[in-house]
Amino acid sequence: MSTEAIRLDRWDSRAFSVIQSFAVRYGLGIALIIVWEFAARKAGSIFFPPPSEILHRAATLWLSGKPQRLFLSDSVFQDVLPSIFRLLGGWALAVLIGIPFGILIGRSRNLSDLVNPSLQFLRAIPGPALIPIFIILLGTESTMRVTLIAFGSIWPILLNTIEATHTVDPVQLETARAFQIPRHARLWRIVLPAAMPKIFAGMRVSLALAVILMVVSELVASTSGIGYRIQNAQIMFLLTDMWCGIILLALIGYTLNLLFLKFERRVLAWHRGARGRTAT
Amino acid sequence: MLTVEHLHHAYIPEQVVTADITFDVRAGEIVSIVGPSGCGKTTLLKALAGLLKPTGGTIRFQGKVVQGVPDGLAIVFQEYGRSLLPWATVNGNIELPLRYQSITSDECRRRVAESLQAVDLSGSGERYPWQLSGGMQQRVAIARALAYQPKLLLMDEPFASVDAQTRADLEDLVATLRDRFGITMVLVTHDIDESVYLSDRVIVLSRSPSTVLAQVDIELPRPRDQIKTKAMQQFVEKRSEIAQMIRRPVDREAHY
Repeated sequence: MSTEAIRLDRWDSRAFSVIQSFAVRYGLGIALIIVWEFAARKAGSIFFPPPSEILHRAATLWLSGKPQRLFLSDSVFQDVLPSIFRLLGGWALAVLIGIPFGILIGRSRNLSDLVNPSLQFLRAIPGPALIPIFIILLGTESTMRVTLIAFGSIWPILLNTIEATHTVDPVQLETARAFQIPRHARLWRIVLPAAMPKIFAGMRVSLALAVILMVVSELVASTSGIGYRIQNAQIMFLLTDMWCGIILLALIGYTLNLLFLKFERRVLAWHRGARGRTAT
Repeated sequence: MLTVEHLHHAYIPEQVVTADITFDVRAGEIVSIVGPSGCGKTTLLKALAGLLKPTGGTIRFQGKVVQGVPDGLAIVFQEYGRSLLPWATVNGNIELPLRYQSITSDECRRRVAESLQAVDLSGSGERYPWQLSGGMQQRVAIARALAYQPKLLLMDEPFASVDAQTRADLEDLVATLRDRFGITMVLVTHDIDESVYLSDRVIVLSRSPSTVLAQVDIELPRPRDQIKTKAMQQFVEKRSEIAQMIRRPVDREAHY
């Protein structure tokens, strides 16, 4: 057999395996969309438009802008981007407050005993229940919504950080003490990295919570945002527009999770490696 | 160099771990501490390292009473997998303690390279601990201690978690490093063979609440050899002498 043929053979099998893994990963989703398309056409219900119609409507809603604005329509700038900014702003606030306080509480037994019952109580309050009081205190602008997202999504980060910094391996800390590594460096170089896997798990859960809270916050007393658009479309009986908003939210949640996972894989490459080794 | 006087420790008042321990370690010596399990060997080592404040007695290191971790002391724990940091490379692990010493970054790099070479791991600086075998990881832990250039190296069961062949290699490595760098070493072990093979002196502890049963001088010629030294009459005698001391209290209890 010529080397040419072998090379072709290899290429073929590689291409085949790429197609195969793609099919395994996305096959079910694509099949569901096709089923949905046919079922919706057959049923002809105005409540359940077919996905092709939703896609078409979505393109008109968001991608009908001028070329110099990347074809993005005004609605993207008025609703979609503000929603994403609120979501990321609230989540970032949760991260920036949750991690330092988590470390502080986690490293001090007294403090943790002192605040733990209160934290468990506060965590039990459903975020949306605070919207009325937040409106009174903070008005109906973005500040209120960002605060709500931050308050509602901080718990997984805060509690995971407390738990993780509380349970750092004593051998690592004793080694560091024996080598006279100063206290602040033990925090930065040992406690924080050791806690990172759990902190990241908390950050991911809280990112999903932030998406939910963003929508909920926009359903009440708002004049912009994806949540507002969905509700508005429902009131005006523009059901395809409503579905567009729902699909867009799913896409945003999915993409954020994907990006976060990519980031996590990069930062915690050591953890996957170390865990892989001890598991075998 | 190191003197321990009437060391007494109890984690809780009704349970005394070490009752009264007195010994000293001269500069350049390798001293092993052996004793039945649960006799407070690790407690003793932690007290020597200043990681634990004993409930009684004094420890002096280079003439000064130990209160907190003293300068010039390094430690190697049994659990290399837990004492090395998995998120840092081998270089990063060795370098970390050096960053907080007042040395230049050139000096720091030089020490990392030299200590890795001393444990025969020159090519592995950029790898992560979990990519290495157990024996190699323990060599990294030893390299970390060497780079720190301690006066006294404490080792807590340093070879208990590796296979027999690796263990023999690590024992010889430690003996060589002592000869090369003149570091005083205190080694806690439950392996009597190992203690006789490596040490200039073996300190035998009784069961808990422990006291020093005996200090056995080992005058075997150096450099020692895994096969020849262990076949020597003196090695065999010392080993059974120590083994009997550790076993005897148990037998006595059985007769009561």
